[in-house]
Amino acid sequence: MRKNRSSFTWRKITESKLFFPLLALFIILLLDFILIPGFFKLQIRDGNLYGSLIDILRNGSTVAILAIGMTLVIATGGIDLSVVAVMAIAASVAALLMNPYVLGKELSPQILKLIRDPNFTWQPLWVVLLTTLLVATACGFWNGLLVAYARIQPMVATLILMIAGRGIAQLITNGVRIQIFYEPYAFIGQGWVVLPFCLYLVAFIYALTWLFTRRTAIGMFIESVGINPRSSFFSGINERNIKLMVYTFCGLCAGVAGLVASANIKTSDANNIGWSLELDAILAVVIGGTSMSGGRFSILASIIGAMVMQAVTTSMYAIGVPAFALTAIKGVVVILVILLYSEQARSFFQNVASDRKIKP
Amino acid sequence: MSEADGYLLSMVGISKAFPGVQALDKVDFNLKRGEIHCLMGENGAGKSTLIKVLTGVDRPDSGKIFLEGKEVHVRSPQHAQALGISTVYQEINLCMNLSVAGNILLGREPHNRAGGIDLAKMNAEASELLRRLLGVDIEVTQPLHTFTVAIQQMVAIARALHIASAKILILDEPTSSLDAVETQQLFMVMRKLREQGVGIIFITHFIGQVYEVSDRISVLRNGRLVGTFDSASLSRLELISKMIGRSLDELDEMSKVKLESRKFIESEPILEAKGLTRLNAIHDFDIEMHTGEVVGLAGLLGSGRTETAGLLFGSERPDSGAVVVNGEVVQDYTPLGSIKRGVALCPEDRKAAGIVDDLTVRENIVLAIQANNGWFKYLTPQEQYAIADRYIELLNIVTPSPDQPVRNLSGGNQQKVILARWLATNPKILILDEPTRGIDVGTKAEIQKLVLSLAEEGKACLFISSELEEVLRVSHRIAVLRERQKVAEFSGDVDEQVIMQAIAGSEA
Repeated sequence: MRKNRSSFTWRKITESKLFFPLLALFIILLLDFILIPGFFKLQIRDGNLYGSLIDILRNGSTVAILAIGMTLVIATGGIDLSVVAVMAIAASVAALLMNPYVLGKELSPQILKLIRDPNFTWQPLWVVLLTTLLVATACGFWNGLLVAYARIQPMVATLILMIAGRGIAQLITNGVRIQIFYEPYAFIGQGWVVLPFCLYLVAFIYALTWLFTRRTAIGMFIESVGINPRSSFFSGINERNIKLMVYTFCGLCAGVAGLVASANIKTSDANNIGWSLELDAILAVVIGGTSMSGGRFSILASIIGAMVMQAVTTSMYAIGVPAFALTAIKGVVVILVILLYSEQARSFFQNVASDRKIKP
Repeated sequence: MSEADGYLLSMVGISKAFPGVQALDKVDFNLKRGEIHCLMGENGAGKSTLIKVLTGVDRPDSGKIFLEGKEVHVRSPQHAQALGISTVYQEINLCMNLSVAGNILLGREPHNRAGGIDLAKMNAEASELLRRLLGVDIEVTQPLHTFTVAIQQMVAIARALHIASAKILILDEPTSSLDAVETQQLFMVMRKLREQGVGIIFITHFIGQVYEVSDRISVLRNGRLVGTFDSASLSRLELISKMIGRSLDELDEMSKVKLESRKFIESEPILEAKGLTRLNAIHDFDIEMHTGEVVGLAGLLGSGRTETAGLLFGSERPDSGAVVVNGEVVQDYTPLGSIKRGVALCPEDRKAAGIVDDLTVRENIVLAIQANNGWFKYLTPQEQYAIADRYIELLNIVTPSPDQPVRNLSGGNQQKVILARWLATNPKILILDEPTRGIDVGTKAEIQKLVLSLAEEGKACLFISSELEEVLRVSHRIAVLRERQKVAEFSGDVDEQVIMQAIAGSEA
């Protein structure tokens, strides 16, 4: 009886959506522990925590935020390729609202002195944040309209904004890279309250999204639409509005990610900001166990997936892999992680359970 | 091996266990040359396991297989094909965008000198094969999707026969998506193959077809062979009682229940359709539905049954005409509007339009009621479990728990889950499109009884089925469709022959 129960729990654990991303993360961290001395060392400076682990969490937070929105989109059977383009637009809007004086003017020493003041901003912070997020949400809404109402395939529909987005971001700033000096804004990306501030942001968005999907019927509807749109239609679920909502929400998440990323590098670098992060976000969702064809999703698993991606990056840097070779290595790691998800690997882990049962 | 002599195929003492189930228990099965042999049994009786053992998908735990008197060990489906055992499954595994000839000869195309495919030769070969073996004459250069399901099925058979000179052909529910004419076509082909000495194992849920085409019948129940009988000497009632292993009083009881329940029918119609017309769907359709009444809708596949169901439900907008529910003309043509009006539809295609297979039984049951509540009026898990538990008990849904993904349930139980989803919305009008398709006999009877008792409790039901017998059994009134028009309406105690004639439209 007791043995049965223990195997039952083990089975439950291996069937949980969190098991494989956590296992992948554990394996990577284990390798770090063996290969890199001092990887797990944490320091406390001014009451704040620092260390490689904290770096992983901090640097992974942008992808984690993107992955939250992306999870819902993928769960409906769609995809959003435009998230990084939306990030760039958000960064440009935010930078412009704080510092519009750099556009098309010869800068007098007076103005230069003014805009380099860390307390100077054109618009108050709340206006900056609210406007930026509204613009990003509108971008998501546009994607949602194309997918849900114009019935364009998600990959094509979001490709439009993916290509146009960085151009739009450039247009907003007139092709100028606007530097950000305003300190309260930079705090979003660089601030520390024991832990990096952006981690609280991730936790906040996660909690909000969880409540939004799991304490309403929305989560079930998203999954239902992703698994079988026709059955969902006949059951009275408005599949279009669900899709419109998830793309809009994904735009909002991309906006927040844009704030974090631009605050971190203190510029609106429309050309380079968040380069190829959309693919990291998609991979994070895949590692989190949400099927690309839609259906069951777990936001927490996606966030862990994002941390897996970042753990790989950080470890590679720590080992001394040069930046230009990083993406190649990342590819290999992703393949290995995906292999963990295969039927064979799954049955292996379940067999571990039955082996245990046989042993006295 | 005297026992194996004389038979084309002889399976002796086949046993196969899966964790927790004895799927086959010392089953003997034999097949003669030039015979159509029906394999009957309820879902879970062991039919598919027996076929899987024969085709090399599963290995038997014990028992022997003799092919033409020689013992064989079937290692894989490929090996089975090489031995001359071919299978055509219910779902057609062909490439819809390839031509008929391309499908038949896929992977074995004749080549010309340049190494390319010799199209002319391929088409000639395919065309010849279809005519010679099956007596079918079609344009083999056309893509497969331009043909009816029946023809597609025959192409699948031709392909199966071409792969090896098949001695044994297994047809696993080939008629479930065919209408009466198509079924006849298929039977013709089967008879032709029988003349050529092929042994055919035929699996179907349609009892009528069993008698029409088969020479012998083997019945399985709970993994055991009940017996093998000559079709001519086994009555339908005997066959059914052997399959379900209990007496048929229950089934007979139904007509009594039906007669008695007639008194509950209200005189005022709750739903009226007037001149309902939609292009390529239905023309000028009128019907009245009353609370407490079961209306049967009979007709062949393609006669407009399913389209009519969609129009009455309100998920489709008619080109002209109107549906009046409770005295109000329907304006809102969305499923949500239907739920709010109190109309429910169990769609014909259970897998594609009914269940959401990865969601749990509980989630599937609360889906429609939650859709009616909207995004934010959330049923708490406790409320969801309460609803699910109530209907699992009420409809006798067999599931280990409400948290089981609905994909793991049998077809009949999936159908009950969909029924539960709609009953949970407390509808006044229930439209059931083929609610018993592909479901075993026992569950079928259960669902039929359920429909009658629902009517008695004050619902108006529309019962659509391609099985006339079933329509007759549950309906107080029967409307007949032919070629997308309503051609007749009868009371429920009409003679089967009369309806048949209306369906067929023959004056003879």
